[in-house]
Amino acid sequence: MRDVAIIAFAQSEHRRRVDDRNEVEMLMPVVGEVLASAGMTMDDVGFTCSGSTDYLAGVAFSFVMTLDGVGPWPPIQESHVEMDGAWALYEAWVKLQLGDVDTALVYCYAKSSPGDLPMVMTRQLDPYSVAPLWPDAVSLAALQTRAAIDAGRVTVEAMAEVAARSRRDAMGNPKAQLAWDRPAADLLAEPETVAPLRRHDCPPISDGVAAVVLAAADAARGRASRPAWIRGIDHRVEPMALGLRDLTDSPSTRLAAERAGLHDGPVEVAEVHAPFTSQELILRAALGLDGDTVVNPSGGALAANPMMTAGLVRIGEVARRISDGEHRRGVAHATSGPCLQQNLVCVLEGDT
Amino acid sequence: MAELTLPASIAGVEPVRSVRTPAHLDYQFTAGEATSRFLRGIAERRILGERCPVCEKVYVPPRGACPTDGVPTAEQVELPHEGTITSFCVVNVAFYGQAMEIPYVSALILLDRSDLPIMHLIQEVAADEVRVGMRVEAVWVPDDELAPTLESIRWFRPTGEADVAVDMPGEGEGTGLGSWPELSPGSGA
Amino acid sequence: MGRHLMGRARVAVVGVGQTQHQATRGDVSMAGLVREAAGRALDDAGMTWADIDAVVIGKAPDFFEGVMMPELYLADALGAVGKPLFRVHTAGSVGGSTALVATQLVQAGLHERVLTVAFEKQSESEAMWALSLPIPFQPPMHAGAGGYFAPHIRSYVRRAKAPDHIGILVALKDRRNALRNPYAHLHEPDITFESVQESLMLWDPIRYAETCPSSDGACAMVLGSEAVGDAAAAAGGAPAWVHGTAMRSEPTMSADRDPVLPLGQRECALDVYRQAGVTDPRRQIDCMEIYVPFSWFEPMWLENLGFAAPGEGWRLVEDGVTAMDGDLPVNMSGGVLSSNPIGASGMLRFAEAALQVRGRAGDHQVEGAGLALGHAYGGGSQFFAMWLVGAEKP
Repeated sequence: MRDVAIIAFAQSEHRRRVDDRNEVEMLMPVVGEVLASAGMTMDDVGFTCSGSTDYLAGVAFSFVMTLDGVGPWPPIQESHVEMDGAWALYEAWVKLQLGDVDTALVYCYAKSSPGDLPMVMTRQLDPYSVAPLWPDAVSLAALQTRAAIDAGRVTVEAMAEVAARSRRDAMGNPKAQLAWDRPAADLLAEPETVAPLRRHDCPPISDGVAAVVLAAADAARGRASRPAWIRGIDHRVEPMALGLRDLTDSPSTRLAAERAGLHDGPVEVAEVHAPFTSQELILRAALGLDGDTVVNPSGGALAANPMMTAGLVRIGEVARRISDGEHRRGVAHATSGPCLQQNLVCVLEGDT
Repeated sequence: MAELTLPASIAGVEPVRSVRTPAHLDYQFTAGEATSRFLRGIAERRILGERCPVCEKVYVPPRGACPTDGVPTAEQVELPHEGTITSFCVVNVAFYGQAMEIPYVSALILLDRSDLPIMHLIQEVAADEVRVGMRVEAVWVPDDELAPTLESIRWFRPTGEADVAVDMPGEGEGTGLGSWPELSPGSGA
Repeated sequence: MGRHLMGRARVAVVGVGQTQHQATRGDVSMAGLVREAAGRALDDAGMTWADIDAVVIGKAPDFFEGVMMPELYLADALGAVGKPLFRVHTAGSVGGSTALVATQLVQAGLHERVLTVAFEKQSESEAMWALSLPIPFQPPMHAGAGGYFAPHIRSYVRRAKAPDHIGILVALKDRRNALRNPYAHLHEPDITFESVQESLMLWDPIRYAETCPSSDGACAMVLGSEAVGDAAAAAGGAPAWVHGTAMRSEPTMSADRDPVLPLGQRECALDVYRQAGVTDPRRQIDCMEIYVPFSWFEPMWLENLGFAAPGEGWRLVEDGVTAMDGDLPVNMSGGVLSSNPIGASGMLRFAEAALQVRGRAGDHQVEGAGLALGHAYGGGSQFFAMWLVGAEKP
């Protein structure tokens, strides 16, 4: 495969509600920042790919106006996925493999605040037999968590530790939405909200955008002092129906990690896209992460969870730490669909 | 498609052909900074475009970005209420939410000193007299009905001035920017 | 004929399938609809679901069915469990761009056999409703989709000095071609020049009979590596080989662009021709399926795609060059004017091009078609996707 690296990453501050700017106005400064950071303008971009969904915006073809905001003139090579930006990055990575372009801009955005997010997300479920029941995402995650607790794979104590660590780490992340420092023991004294989940087990609802620049081989070396090379990337899906899969495990994550070559070297840092605390524990097991790996130093999706964006942010956070020289090898994970239905794993490395 | 064998207890039961699953979701849209500036102007009977700092083109309504240069448009430009029809269609069928008398004309109108036409209604003239190049002016709702919406402009009507030539991308260059013989294969990819 | 570009492995279309297209496919669910097309594509390829390495699916806005990201609920119906499943959405061009994303997976050497599917089941919701969600503070749409495109068509007619009857001729041709295509939504054996001419002038200059229908339908293709294509050829499967692919996008609202003859579409075509070594598309390309939702787009796109000089596209229509028995047949299947499951419409164009060069187009086969163009566009004439496929290996 052709060597492809992340050479720049930018994200907005993630907030519960951005009500003075629309999606275009939220995106433009971030795209400007990521291009400037790569020393590029749109004229230097070989391929552009974005991720978003109409159901958050409440508008059909919502990505069309956002594209106008990046200035696609003269005409550009461009595509859009109705998926998290992590999959937009995947398409861009494939495009760069073909050798006719050397750079790519990937961006994604979500304003979850215009609608009632838990109700909007129910529209993702089986339209004939499940969506008519309007089961919200927190309730589905609670079902999954109960199954994982009953299977002995997760404990509420471990979940509280994840919550406490994530929000504490988020205090060092200026982009994070939810950051505080409380001991796990205190958290367990709080009442259950949707049993067995407590408030701290759930992600915030976030408005936010993110963007990365990819570059191949020499173009990456020429534009970044320490590119974060994509050593492997793969994604896999499971059936949606909760009764058709083992909710206490994430076999699609495990398979994607194997295909991405995760275990070919040490994993110093991991950013896993786990909106709920129990899901981080399930994902750590599926990824085979042990105590030597720093997990979610950004605070993860528990600190900011912009839909369609939190997955790309995971990749960007790992890439940034590699480019900064903080770590040499790491893994980023993105998820989509109810209860970790679809998962992407991206292995990143810096030059030694 | 494989044939299904149903248990005897439900054999002969009428199959479910469809289910109705009504869904209702409420959204609160954000106009954004540029659109808010524009709509506040409309409520005061003013048409405020915005100029791109790079290409200097004036967009109305402004959407916050220049679609050519991808930079914010921040300089406001107050535009006249007159413009030129660059193209149009005559609508002979009622559409969702429209209570217009049929036929009516929906036109692309290039406001003077702006660079991209807006789409609006043409009234106070017979549909078959509307022409490309015709000069038109905005007709506003009464002052007490002015609101931050484009519908504060009820429609456009002819000014009676002489027609003018239309100057838009594609005009006067064969049939357009994207027409063929200007470039040979291999030079445009 | 063409060149093997650096980094691009050869790709063959080894299976094509589509559904019966009609206003309401009340006999199948969404899953049933996509499986009807995908099952036929697999049968055509002589494969089973287990043979597929990855699935790439596309459709137009999710509001058309009222399901957010429906590919997730369709994962098992698409045989994608344990595999990569990828969802593309690029407006009206999506059926084409979905096929191209799938093609890239094979070109990059990531997969041997990729199933690509596109669908729309507009009857599940209300497409006009989905497109007309009243957004406050946006300029009101006074006249629906036709009201957006009709002024651009008027600009073309004026700039090209085209006579009024060209739009009628295109509608008549495409609907007559559809009579040869058993999958087409509209079968109108009694259509005449006069019946089109006398149909209601919806958005002058667009008549009712010059507009596309609203359809339920799906299309699927199995794409394979060179080894898969060779095996298909050896087994008599007549693969279509991909000779060139390209996508381009441009802004909706730019003051610099020409929505009548978009620069992006011209550049997209040039890129595809360059890859395939085509220097004279009018002579080298045998037939094409292009995205024509309103009849006037045929002459417009003939010019923009390089098949006619500026202002001359309509003459090809008038002279019968683009008819089934002309020397450059266009929209042999009946085109978008005869079947329009929006998300699938682009892929149907790509699939028809493949069927032609495989010699598998049935009663709408162009004799000896060796090189065919498949084309899709979307948005406000701003998203473009194309491929050139050939009977011979590039």
